[in-house]
Amino acid sequence: MAKLIIFLFLTLIPILCNSFTPDKPSDRRILVLLDDFAIKSSHSLYFKSLQSRGFDLDFKLADDPKIALQRYGQYLYDALVLFSPTIERFGGSIDAAAILAFVDSGHDLIVAAGSNASDLIREIATECGVDFDEDYGAVVVDHAGYAVSATEGDHTLIASDDFIKSDVILGSKKIEAPVLFQGIAHSLNPSNSLVLKVLSASPTAFSANPKSKLTSPPSLLGSSISLVSVIQARNNARILISGSLSMFSNRFFNSGVQKAGSPTKHDKSGNEQFLTEVSKWVFHERGHLKAVNVQHHKVGETNEPSIYRINDDLEYSVEIYEWSGTTWEPYVADDVQVQFYMMSPYVLKTLSNDNKGRYFTSFKVPDVYGVFQFKVEYDRLGYTSLSLAKQIPVRPFKHNEYERFIPAAYPYYGAAFSMMAGFFVFSAVHLYNK
Amino acid sequence: MAATDAQTSLRHAFGNVLAFFILILIGVLAFSIRLFSVIKYESVIHEFDPYFNYRVTQFLTKNGIYDFWNWFDDRTWYPLGRVIGGTVYPGLTLTAGTLWWVLNSLNIPLSVETVCVFTAPIFSAFASWATYLLTKEVKGAGAGLTAAVLLAMVPSYISRSVAGSYDNEAVAIFALIFTFYLYIKTLNTGSLFYATLNSIAYFYMVCSWGGYTFIINLIPMHVLLCIVTGRYSSRLYIAYAPLVVLGTLLAALVPVVGFNAVMTSEHFASFLVFILIHVVALVYYIKGILSPKMFKVAVTLVVSGGLAVGFAMIAVLVAMVAASPTMGWSGRSLSLLDPTYASKYIPIIASVSEHQPPTWPSYFMDINVLAFLVPAGIIACFSPLSDASSFVILYIVTSVYFSGVMVRLMLVLAPAACILSGIALSQAFDVFTRSIKLQLPSLSVDSHVNAGDASSESVVPDDTVKTDKTEDTHKERTSKKSKKKEKEPVEKPPSKSQIKKRLLVLPLETSIIAIVLLVLLGAFYVVHSVWAAAEAYSAPSIVLTSHSHDGLHVFDDFREAYAWLSHNTEVDDKVASWWDYGYQTTAMANRTVIVDNNTWNNTHIATVGTAMSSPEKAAWEIFNSLDVKYVLVVFGGLVGYPSDDINKFLWMVRIGGGVFPHIKEPDYLRDGQYRIDNMATPTMLNCLMYKLSYYRFVETDGKAYDRVRRTEIGKKYFKLTHFEEVFTTHHWMVRIYKLKPPKNRIRGKTKKTKSKASSKTVSKKQGIKKNPF
Repeated sequence: MAKLIIFLFLTLIPILCNSFTPDKPSDRRILVLLDDFAIKSSHSLYFKSLQSRGFDLDFKLADDPKIALQRYGQYLYDALVLFSPTIERFGGSIDAAAILAFVDSGHDLIVAAGSNASDLIREIATECGVDFDEDYGAVVVDHAGYAVSATEGDHTLIASDDFIKSDVILGSKKIEAPVLFQGIAHSLNPSNSLVLKVLSASPTAFSANPKSKLTSPPSLLGSSISLVSVIQARNNARILISGSLSMFSNRFFNSGVQKAGSPTKHDKSGNEQFLTEVSKWVFHERGHLKAVNVQHHKVGETNEPSIYRINDDLEYSVEIYEWSGTTWEPYVADDVQVQFYMMSPYVLKTLSNDNKGRYFTSFKVPDVYGVFQFKVEYDRLGYTSLSLAKQIPVRPFKHNEYERFIPAAYPYYGAAFSMMAGFFVFSAVHLYNK
Repeated sequence: MAATDAQTSLRHAFGNVLAFFILILIGVLAFSIRLFSVIKYESVIHEFDPYFNYRVTQFLTKNGIYDFWNWFDDRTWYPLGRVIGGTVYPGLTLTAGTLWWVLNSLNIPLSVETVCVFTAPIFSAFASWATYLLTKEVKGAGAGLTAAVLLAMVPSYISRSVAGSYDNEAVAIFALIFTFYLYIKTLNTGSLFYATLNSIAYFYMVCSWGGYTFIINLIPMHVLLCIVTGRYSSRLYIAYAPLVVLGTLLAALVPVVGFNAVMTSEHFASFLVFILIHVVALVYYIKGILSPKMFKVAVTLVVSGGLAVGFAMIAVLVAMVAASPTMGWSGRSLSLLDPTYASKYIPIIASVSEHQPPTWPSYFMDINVLAFLVPAGIIACFSPLSDASSFVILYIVTSVYFSGVMVRLMLVLAPAACILSGIALSQAFDVFTRSIKLQLPSLSVDSHVNAGDASSESVVPDDTVKTDKTEDTHKERTSKKSKKKEKEPVEKPPSKSQIKKRLLVLPLETSIIAIVLLVLLGAFYVVHSVWAAAEAYSAPSIVLTSHSHDGLHVFDDFREAYAWLSHNTEVDDKVASWWDYGYQTTAMANRTVIVDNNTWNNTHIATVGTAMSSPEKAAWEIFNSLDVKYVLVVFGGLVGYPSDDINKFLWMVRIGGGVFPHIKEPDYLRDGQYRIDNMATPTMLNCLMYKLSYYRFVETDGKAYDRVRRTEIGKKYFKLTHFEEVFTTHHWMVRIYKLKPPKNRIRGKTKKTKSKASSKTVSKKQGIKKNPF
């Protein structure tokens, strides 16, 4: 029986593993947890855009007792979408810890909260570095940047066009229309280097409970409020956290938008483009780099040596590719640098590339011996961080690699040999000339 | 007369054969007394430095001598690396490597380790033979044999040369004694052949041990002494001048010495005396060819001119030497001259226990009864004072001083003590046996005894004659004459000794009692030496044992830990520990270390010391910047192993604070006292070393009672945030921690609600544990 299980397991491994491999970083199987199945239809446009890109969505109620992220130590999904802002307790084996472990093992996550976000959702967000407004009734209000609509309302539906300036996250096509947002605010710790504001509120926004009178100044206000944030963890797992679930809805996707004070009225809000592009980034269809084929060798040779000598001339090359969603495309940039590093960089060179993904340079090993590293630390906004380190020792000259005769020493050679000759003559004279 | 001649030559032949077999037995004794460690424990390399030598020897036997010479080791002192070929004294390694090579080419397949283990005992046999030769040159064969026996089992030397103690000293003591022997031999014979051999022996010594500076300072001192006391002779010149020229040239060939042989202050004495001996030789030469009056004129001329030149040279020299901050002396040499130097300026030297001054009991432990016999030997050397015996006196005086500065230089004292005790013992035996001999059979063959023992008798009776002689003959004695004279001090014409004989005849009873007492003394020495060899000095210190009421306990934790490292970590992983364990980690676990026992880079050691004395987060950052994956600490609190890292910790603080001033020693002391109980300072309780040593310690007995410090520890319950325990050996003596990787996510700052606290810590742990795999 045990053998059979092992056999099954071994045959299943390739099937289980082909879902998320370094070769194909895009996610395939996505678990969507919903508060109720009505969301499935009310947000169908968003789900459809995912499905049309080849994702396999598995809709479950968040309190379904049968849901599980992993079975037998294997994750069943590559990504998780939490469209269940009100859930207090997940069904099955899922809890906040399981979700965070899911992220820490390299999987992606989309969390949409709302004005009624539960403690559980807030806790997950906090663990990822996003702090929702602690005032439970507070939502984002903007009396200057609200979306013009038929009813005047309380200005909680806001139109924001303060996007992050990154083609990698938002795509190369400019998002013309503002994005409609209705939900809660969150703030980010400025010292947190992993989290990014993708959509910020305007300077006139603030977070308060619109139903009650404002007695004290709101704790969150202005552009420090983040509406939508993304996190790229150190293991390159990507997380999207939005303060509003409704911005994903068909209604927001399709409605026209006019920002207060702006003369232009757009027929269609920017939500669809914005969220689709961001989801492409979150699900690793964009901005995912890999570096392969690190090579270094002495100039004029091809084999990689196990050790260099000081003042050797060497060539270094690495190939960097970006995942396009279907294939690995050459990554082209002019700011990739290599360090020849031993406690501090001794050599820092910008790599040139051949537009086919190969980056290369050549330099002289410094006149210092020790254990060096070829280090490529490439952290660019939106891209996965590349961190390559390859250890290589550098030795001093061998005892027979020094020059045997140096011109400056000829007087000494002369002195030594004339001394020897003189001694010989002296001895001869002294001994045989009585 | 012819009959007695034949009889004496027969006696000589018999004596030589006897001496030969005695020497062989001495060699066997010297070898076998050092095997206790193999028999009681196992055939392993001992302690710390021998592991490095062993590793180097392995490299040598595997890769050959050129690769050894050029060896750049990238597995120590990460990331600086170490040029082994240029920084190691290659004598020991080459010796053992050659031994192994010879044995293998004779189809005796011994492992490198076996050869290394037994190198020290073999060379201690050689050393006792060299002692025989040296003492024989000084005071005759009897003293030589006694000295050889004493040296074969002197505890001080045993402590450094038991089987497995594969350290430089193992061969260096032999080289030291042999060099001295050849120097004395040259001095006695005036033969250029021995002078050349002497240089080669000196070269071997330079190859073997940094202690060669002792030779190159002691011999010039002796030469100077001879010149000052008016004992200059051409033999002295032959003994000294070739040694300086050839010896310096040869020494400069050893990569680790190189230009130091002419540039550092340790070698200046030899050059100064070299100049001086030439001046003196010139003076004697001129004196020989000039009339006394002319000589006087010449002297005044030369002295005034020479003084001027001399002062100018000295001024230049002083200026040059003073330009360097340490006056051109290395730290270890300086601490020899000024015993307080190291503790004031170089904590890294002072931190080594064998660099501390010895305590009085250690003299009795290490040289035992020899301590009482040495003064007698010195007196014996004064009667009569020859060139050779004055050398021995100088040797003992300087080595007593040096041993008083550093406990490990007791090793240099031991041969001198053995030689002088050998002389004292054999002289005493001589006197007593002759007294008995003269009185017991005096009724029967009086004349025969006189004739017979005169030849075998020692020099004591003819002291007056000899001193007279040497004093008036030293001036124009040719080397040939003196050769005969010095070579056969024992074969004085019987007529002279007969006259003196009456001086030293003691009463029969006194002699017998004295002999019995001397034998008892010797027996006590033997008993003590065997005990020292068996009990005190044979522990390999990587395997520890302890006897308790329920039997013998063996603590093999070190090898357990190193084996764990070598089986469970990546080949290129870096292991940080205090430098004591560096050599062992590279040799046994084959992992890269940050610092090791070759303490050449103070800053690097201070970095590790600072990390150990810092709070967890700062320490993590330091270690991470050095690419360290694992941290190893040695902890003796559970089993009472006193030389653990907590006891060494103050040195880490001092060494770290010497380079990084934010580490201050008083922060770790409560009212000047080093303590780890609940009176300890917060800095102490929060430093990495405390945490890594005592992490989970309370789980062992519930009270966290430290058996080394004999107290309960101050902070019992704490968690590690940046390190995780990956391995702790059976007796908790070695604990290995891994640096946690940085957190995958950075938390927001919102306070956790209490109900969630527990679930959250679990989640964090899981997240972090998952990553390495």
